[in-house]
Amino acid sequence: MGLTVKSTGRSLSREQMHIQRPRPEDRIIALAGNPNVGKSTIFNSLTGMKQHTGNWPGKTVSNARGYCRSGRRGYVLVDVPGTYSLMADSPEEELARDFICFGGADAVLVVCDATCLERNMNLLLQTLETGRPVLLCVNLMDEAKSRGIHIDLDLLEERLGIPVVGTVARDRRSREKLLSALDWLTDHPPRGEPPVPEYPEALERAVEALLPLAGELEGLCPRFICLGLLLGTAGLEERLGPQLLLAAAEQREELEKAGMDRDTIQSAVVTALVKKGEELCAGALDKRDEGRSDRDKTIDRIVTSRLLGYPLMIVLLALVFYLTIKGANYPSQWLSTGLFYIYDRLMELSAGLGAPAWLTGIVVEGAYKTLAWVVSVMLPPMAIFFPLFTLMEDSGYLPRIAYNLDRPFCRCSSCGRQALTMAMGFGCNAAGVVGCRIINSPRERLLAIITNNLVPCNGRFPTLIALISMFLIGSGNALSSALVLTGFIILSVLLTFMSTKVLSMTLLKGESSSFVLELPPYRRPELGKVIVRSVMDRTLFVLGRAAAVAAPAGAILWLLANLSIGGESLLALLSGIVEPLGRFLGMDGAILLAFILGFPANEIVLPIAVMIYSMGGSLAEIGELTALRPLLAANGWTALTAVCVMLFSLCHWPCSTTLLTIKKETGSWKWTLVSALMPTALGIMLCAGVAALGRLAGLL
Amino acid sequence: MGKSYGLHSMSPGESAVIEHLGSSGALRRRLLDMGLVEGTRVECLGVSPGGDPKAFLIRGAVLALRDIDCREITIKKIG
Repeated sequence: MGLTVKSTGRSLSREQMHIQRPRPEDRIIALAGNPNVGKSTIFNSLTGMKQHTGNWPGKTVSNARGYCRSGRRGYVLVDVPGTYSLMADSPEEELARDFICFGGADAVLVVCDATCLERNMNLLLQTLETGRPVLLCVNLMDEAKSRGIHIDLDLLEERLGIPVVGTVARDRRSREKLLSALDWLTDHPPRGEPPVPEYPEALERAVEALLPLAGELEGLCPRFICLGLLLGTAGLEERLGPQLLLAAAEQREELEKAGMDRDTIQSAVVTALVKKGEELCAGALDKRDEGRSDRDKTIDRIVTSRLLGYPLMIVLLALVFYLTIKGANYPSQWLSTGLFYIYDRLMELSAGLGAPAWLTGIVVEGAYKTLAWVVSVMLPPMAIFFPLFTLMEDSGYLPRIAYNLDRPFCRCSSCGRQALTMAMGFGCNAAGVVGCRIINSPRERLLAIITNNLVPCNGRFPTLIALISMFLIGSGNALSSALVLTGFIILSVLLTFMSTKVLSMTLLKGESSSFVLELPPYRRPELGKVIVRSVMDRTLFVLGRAAAVAAPAGAILWLLANLSIGGESLLALLSGIVEPLGRFLGMDGAILLAFILGFPANEIVLPIAVMIYSMGGSLAEIGELTALRPLLAANGWTALTAVCVMLFSLCHWPCSTTLLTIKKETGSWKWTLVSALMPTALGIMLCAGVAALGRLAGLL
Repeated sequence: MGKSYGLHSMSPGESAVIEHLGSSGALRRRLLDMGLVEGTRVECLGVSPGGDPKAFLIRGAVLALRDIDCREITIKKIG
């Protein structure tokens, strides 16, 4: 649920890889590491930025840039997605490799996980091979210590010939240590020869043969270039001259004749890297307990058990909703009372000032009133839901959801990683769509992107909650409301499964590919930080975006309601046009028009509907949330209408931000269109079906 | 050292050593990157509620792998 400024804007794309230095003496530092080793936390502590963090591999899917200063100079830090190796080929890992190799970094800060250092050596050794200066940061030293793992950092430093710093991710002193090590690294050339893995002789001979032809390329050392050519590292060939490429092709042929095809070379190289890693760690690493802690094993036995695995997921979901509904009730009322008190004063003020009616109308009755609705309906549930979700994310439970749901997704020819992107969609579908980069297979990625909108984002939850408490359950009963909402979410997940299956039998035919997912150790989330971070970064950011849309939308609505053709307002005319379709779907023209006008942000759909009704003159003044029900009821709403609106809210076109993100991520208008049409068609079928049943039963 | 099996045949609690990595393509590369080379020790930690995938402890990290992907990895059980 990487919903921050970054996931919707200020990130780097492939095209803008070259980084500008604010000052000529500044250095560019790439921050590399395996997924989920705390890179983003290190990045945040160095730069003071609020890059989204969480305890699951793959949450950073694009490069982020930050700036920090030591006593000596400034550093431009680039946080790249986590990667296990420079030979990997998923989209987000390619981004990491391309930046480390070709991004023009002056040095690379490799972050390793102290609790599984040996495995992290693979990436470190490969990064050393590039020839760039490297600083090793062994992170999570505290976690390692508590698991009885001792690491001799001095010995490692000596063996590697590069500066090594042990850090505790959230510690101020770690920041100072890292900065001074960076200063040292950029002032001094590497001290000794880096450790060289022992590759098979045939491969070394081929490298030898190529070396005279290879020069330095963008700071990459010739040996790395030759090795990369033989291994088929992507992105190298287009940067090199024909002479070297031809020679490399010859050498590859030679190797193949000697029985070394690319697979064999690869495993020989990785085996050598792993052996070297083991050698480097031998004696420097004292581990009593390599496995999981007993606590983690116990938690895993419960949350992934055959009996309890699925029910627990549902219970947790219901609990989150219960707390959200229970907690949001009062603040919502206070907010609306307060905001509408201000509304009354604003009206008085503008009357006192003698402002023209149209101005008061556009600014106060239109823009301000819509804004007030959006804030009072949306803010409290978001401010509670986001921190709760962040807690789950930080604890490490999300990957378990993916683990539990891999089997059902596999049945739909997709994979468990789609569960992660689906979970991100609960926060924001645009962020969910970007998150689909963690899915390697292009077909499964498209499946996840197209179906992401079927889970309701944070902009839709409050609508669902409001409708449930108004029409399905009395507003006092938070528990039943939470259960009904959970039911709707389970429905949306089932619809996700169903449409994934249908898509993979029609437009995106294919079998499910392989699946490898890392399950991180559980971590105790820092409550204070979680709250501050999710309220400041996420809630206010999302609300700001909604408000930015709500105010102008309100102004336009007022105009539509007050400009008339032939005695009828434009708003009435427009909702009259869609009225038959609305009725067919079990709703009415006003709410369907609200869905259409709510295209820029789902948050404003219900407020727009309320505006349309109140401008129609049914009720002149609405002071608080509880007054909504009579207003809607006066306009012919029944429980069945509410159900149809909720279904349509689950299944309709994605908001404009999400659609633009889909276009950007897929690069195709066709798939963007499919992503808009598929859920809409589903929504029309569902609503029409429910409405027809309702009519049969005489409910409508 | 015992008989050779596929990695998929492991049950929770069992340990083994990787004998041969028969996987190919992207999966092979990924498994290698995770340090799953020949001679690596693995321990099966659990099975997901759907019966598949399984969780394995490999070099201090826990990886979830599907049965179908494990079939191409041969092991020798120990302990």
